Amino acid sequence: MEIFWYSIIALFLIVFFILDGYDFGAGIIHLFFAKSEKDKEVIAKSAGLFWDSNEVWLVAAGGMLFMAFPTFYASVFSGFYLPLIIVLWLIVFRAIGLEFRSQFQYQMWKDIWDKSFGVSSLLLALFFGIALGNIVRGVNLGGVENGVSAYEGHYFFLPLWNSSFSPLTAHPGVIDWFTIIIGIIAVVTLAIHGANWIILKTNSSINEQLKKVRFKLTIALAFLTIFSLVVWEIVRPNSLDNFADKPYLILFPIIYFTGVIGLFFVKKVNKEWIPLLFSSLVIAGGISSSLASMFPSILPSSNSINSSLTIYNTTINSYGLSVASFWGIVGLLLVVLYLIIQHRLRKGKVDEMDYGH
Amino acid sequence: MDDMLFYDRLQFAFTITFHYIFPQLTMGLSLMIVFFKWKFLRTKSVKYNDAAKFFMKIFAINFTMGVVTGIPMEFQFGTNWAKFSELTGSIIGQTLAMEGLFSFFLESSFLALFIFGEKLMGQKLHFLTGFLVFLGSWASGWFILATNAWMQHPVGYEILDNGKYVLTHFSELFANPWLLPAFLHNQVASVVTSSFVVASIGAFYVLRQKNIEYGKLFLKTGVIFGLISSLLIAFPTGDWNAKNVAKYQPASFAAMEGIFETEEAGAEIVLIGQPNMVEKKLDNKIAVSNILSFLTYQDWDKKIQGMDQFKKEELPTNIPALYYSYHIMVGLGTIFIGIMFLAGFFLWRKKLFTIKPLLWVIMFLVPFPYIANITGWYVAELGRQPYLVYGLLKTADGVSPTVSSGNTLFTLLGFVALYMLLGLLFLVLVGKTIHQGPKHQTH
Ligand code: HDD
Ligand code: HEM
Ligand code: HEM
Repeated sequence: MEIFWYSIIALFLIVFFILDGYDFGAGIIHLFFAKSEKDKEVIAKSAGLFWDSNEVWLVAAGGMLFMAFPTFYASVFSGFYLPLIIVLWLIVFRAIGLEFRSQFQYQMWKDIWDKSFGVSSLLLALFFGIALGNIVRGVNLGGVENGVSAYEGHYFFLPLWNSSFSPLTAHPGVIDWFTIIIGIIAVVTLAIHGANWIILKTNSSINEQLKKVRFKLTIALAFLTIFSLVVWEIVRPNSLDNFADKPYLILFPIIYFTGVIGLFFVKKVNKEWIPLLFSSLVIAGGISSSLASMFPSILPSSNSINSSLTIYNTTINSYGLSVASFWGIVGLLLVVLYLIIQHRLRKGKVDEMDYGH
Repeated sequence: MDDMLFYDRLQFAFTITFHYIFPQLTMGLSLMIVFFKWKFLRTKSVKYNDAAKFFMKIFAINFTMGVVTGIPMEFQFGTNWAKFSELTGSIIGQTLAMEGLFSFFLESSFLALFIFGEKLMGQKLHFLTGFLVFLGSWASGWFILATNAWMQHPVGYEILDNGKYVLTHFSELFANPWLLPAFLHNQVASVVTSSFVVASIGAFYVLRQKNIEYGKLFLKTGVIFGLISSLLIAFPTGDWNAKNVAKYQPASFAAMEGIFETEEAGAEIVLIGQPNMVEKKLDNKIAVSNILSFLTYQDWDKKIQGMDQFKKEELPTNIPALYYSYHIMVGLGTIFIGIMFLAGFFLWRKKLFTIKPLLWVIMFLVPFPYIANITGWYVAELGRQPYLVYGLLKTADGVSPTVSSGNTLFTLLGFVALYMLLGLLFLVLVGKTIHQGPKHQTH
C-alpha cells in the first residue's frame, strides 16, 4: 500500500513537472529570447491557456502527500519553511503575470507582467531543482548538535543558506553548491522543454532560433549531467547501491539518457511533438532516478542519531491507505479523461485562439 | 512559544480571510452563469448569452485570485501547522486530497474550455462545460467543509498511543452531522454574495443610463436570486446551524449568544449589547425574553446553559470577537431579507427600475455579504477555540515545532504586502470589466 501511494504521488509530481514544466520553460524562453510583441504575446498565450490546469497536479500531489505520508509532509514543509513560502509567492507572480498581461494594452503594463512571468518561471525552475537537491542530499533531522536532538527526531529547520555554501558541513542550508547544480540542471531542462513546447504550439518567429538554442542547451545539459553524477557521488557516496541491489531500477536512468540522447538528434525529425517527448523523458527519468536511488527513504538523515524518513515510518494506518486507494483510482481515471478531452479540444497552434478577454 | 502561536494564527486568519473573498463569488457566480446559459438555450435570446459571457470575465479574474490564494492555504497546513498535519493527516488528508482530485481538476480543466471554447464546441456542450465548472466549485466547497466539519465535530476516528488520530470509518467523514447544515448554509451564503454582485452591477448600469437592457436583466435576476437566498440563509439553514452549535459546542453557543448566566426558565435573545468581560455581563443590553429557548428547542421555557456553567479552559478564547461576529452576521442577514423583500416587491409591481434611492442602496450593498460571510467563518473558527480539533487537540499543540516566530512574522508581512497588491489589481481589473460592460453579440 505504501509503495502504491508513493508511486502515485511520484507519478503526479512527474506529470506536474512535465506539464507545468513546459510553461515554466516557456517563461524562461520568453524572458531571454522573445523580442517582438507578437512573439511575447503568443508565447505567453501558449502558457496562459494551460498553466492553471497544470498546476492542479501540484495541488493534488500535495493533498495526497498530506494524506498518505503526513509525517513527511509535516516535517518537510515546516523544515523548508522559507523556501516554500517564497515558492508560493513566485507562483502568485507567475500566475498573475500570465493572466493580467493582456488586460490592458499599454506597453508598460505588459512589460511589467512579462517580467513577472519570466523571472518567476526562472526562479521557480531553479527552486524546484534545489528542492530535489535538498531531498537527495538529506538534512540534519532533529537538529542534532553534539549528539543531542534539538527537536523530535523527524523535525528540522533549514536556513536558506549557511556561509560556507557546502553540502558537506554538519548544518547545510537550502542553497549550497550541490543543490545549486541540481537547480541549474532543472533550469536547463525546463528551458529545453519550454522551447519544444513553443515550437509545437506556436508559429512564433523565433522558432528557428529556438531550435539552435535547444541544441546548445542540450550540450550544456549533457555536461551538467556528467558533472552532477560526480558530485552526487561525493555528497551521497552510496547512491548507486540501490541500482546494484535491484537492477530493474536502472530503467529510470535509461529513460533519462534516452531523453538526452534523443534531444541531440531531433533536428532532423519533422514531427514537432517528438522533441517534447524526449524532454519529457528527461524530466521523468531524472526525477524517478533520484527517487529510486533513495528508496525507500524519502528524506535521508545526515546524522547518525535519527534515522532517515522512509515511506514506512511516515505513513498512516493501513485502513486509511486502503480506503483512499478506492477513491484514488477513480479520481485518477477521471483526471486522465479530463486531460485527454482538454488537449484534444485545444490541439493545434495557439496563435489564433481566443483568450476570452 | 506564545508569540509563535500568535503569528501563526494571525497568518492563517489573514490568508484564509483573503482567500475566502474569492471562492464565495466563484461558487455563487458559477450557479448564476449556468442559469444565464440555460436561459439562453431555452429562449435563444442572445442577451442571456452576453450576460453569461460578461460574468464569465469577472469570474475568470476572480478564479485566478482564488487559485493563487488557495495554494498557500494548502501549503500552510504543513508549513505552519506541522504538528496538526502529522497527527490528523490520516483523516483530514483524505478530504483535502479528494478535493484536489475531484474538484480542482474538474473546475480548472473545464474552466479554460468554457472561457474560450464556445465556437469550438457548440452551445449544448458549452453549457455542459459551464455546468461542470459549477459542479467542481461546489464539490470543492463540499470537501473543504467536510474537512472543517471534522475539526468542529470529530467523527470516525481513533486515537493511538502515540497521540496520532487515525481514520476508522471513512463514510462517517461525510455523514458527519455538522457537515450538511454547514455546507448548505455556506453555499446559500455564496449565492447571496453573487446575487448581490449581479444586482449591484445592474443597479449601476441603470443609474448611469448605460447598458440599460443588461442593467435591467441583472437587477431582475440578482434580486430574485437575492431574495430567495436571503430567506434560505436564515431559515432553515442558519437556524439549523445554530441548533447544531447548541448541541455540539454548548460553550461556544453561550458565548456567541452572549449568555453569561444560565437562565433556568427560558433564555432571552440579545439584540444589542456589548460583552463586558470584567463584570461578566452585557452592557447596554436590549433583549427579548424567552425567544432564544424557543428558537433553539421550540420550547419557550427550556433552560440554556450560560458561560458560568463552563470551566474557563473550555470557553472560547476571544468571547467579544465571537459575539460581535455572530451578531454582525445575523444582523446583516436580517437587513438583507428586508432590502431584498422591498426590491422584490417593487420588481413585481414593475417599479424597481425607477426608484433611485433603492437602486443606490442595492448598488452599495456589495461589501456587506462579504462581511457577513467572513464574520460567519469567524463565528465558526473562534467558537472552536481554544481547540484546533474540538474537544481533543488544543490549537497551541498543533503548530510547527521548528519554525520560529521571526520567520512567521517575516512571511506574514510578505503575505500582507503581496495580498494588498493582489487586492488592488483585482479591483482595477473588475472595475475595468464592469466599465466596459457586456458585449453585444450579433448572432
Ligand atoms: C451571506 C452570508 C451569511 C448570512 C447573511 C448569514 N450567515 Fe451564518 N454563516 C455564514 C454566512 C452567513 C458562513 C460564512 O457561510 C458560515 C461560516 C461557516 C459556515 O458553514 O457558514 C456561517 C455560519 C453560521 C453558524 C455556525 C457557526 C459555527 O459553526 O459555530 C450559525 C449558527 C449561523 N451561521 C447562523 C446564521 C443565522 C441564524 C443567520 C440569520 C440570518 C445567518 N447565519 C446569516
Ligand atoms: C473550511 C476550511 C477551513 C479550515 C480547514 C480551517 C482551519 C483553520 C486552522 C487550522 C486554523 C488555525 C488554528 C486556529 O487558530 O484555530 C484556523 C484559524 C482561523 N480560521 Fe479557519 N479554516 C477554514 C476556513 C476558514 C474561513 C473560510 C475563514 C474566514 C473567512 C476562517 C477564519 C479563520 C480565523 C479568523 C482563524 C483564526 C482564529 C483564531 O486563531 O482564533 N477559516 N482555521
Ligand atoms: C484552509 C482551508 C482551505 C484550503 C487549504 C484551500 C485550498 C485551496 C486551493 C489549493 C485552491 C486552488 C485550487 C486550484 O489550483 O485550482 C483553492 C481554491 C478554491 N477554494 Fe479554497 N481552500 C480553503 C478554504 C476554502 C473554503 C472555506 C472554501 C469554500 C467553502 C473554498 C473554496 C474554494 C474554491 C471554490 C476554489 C476554486 C478557486 C476559486 O474560485 O477561488 N476554499 N482552495
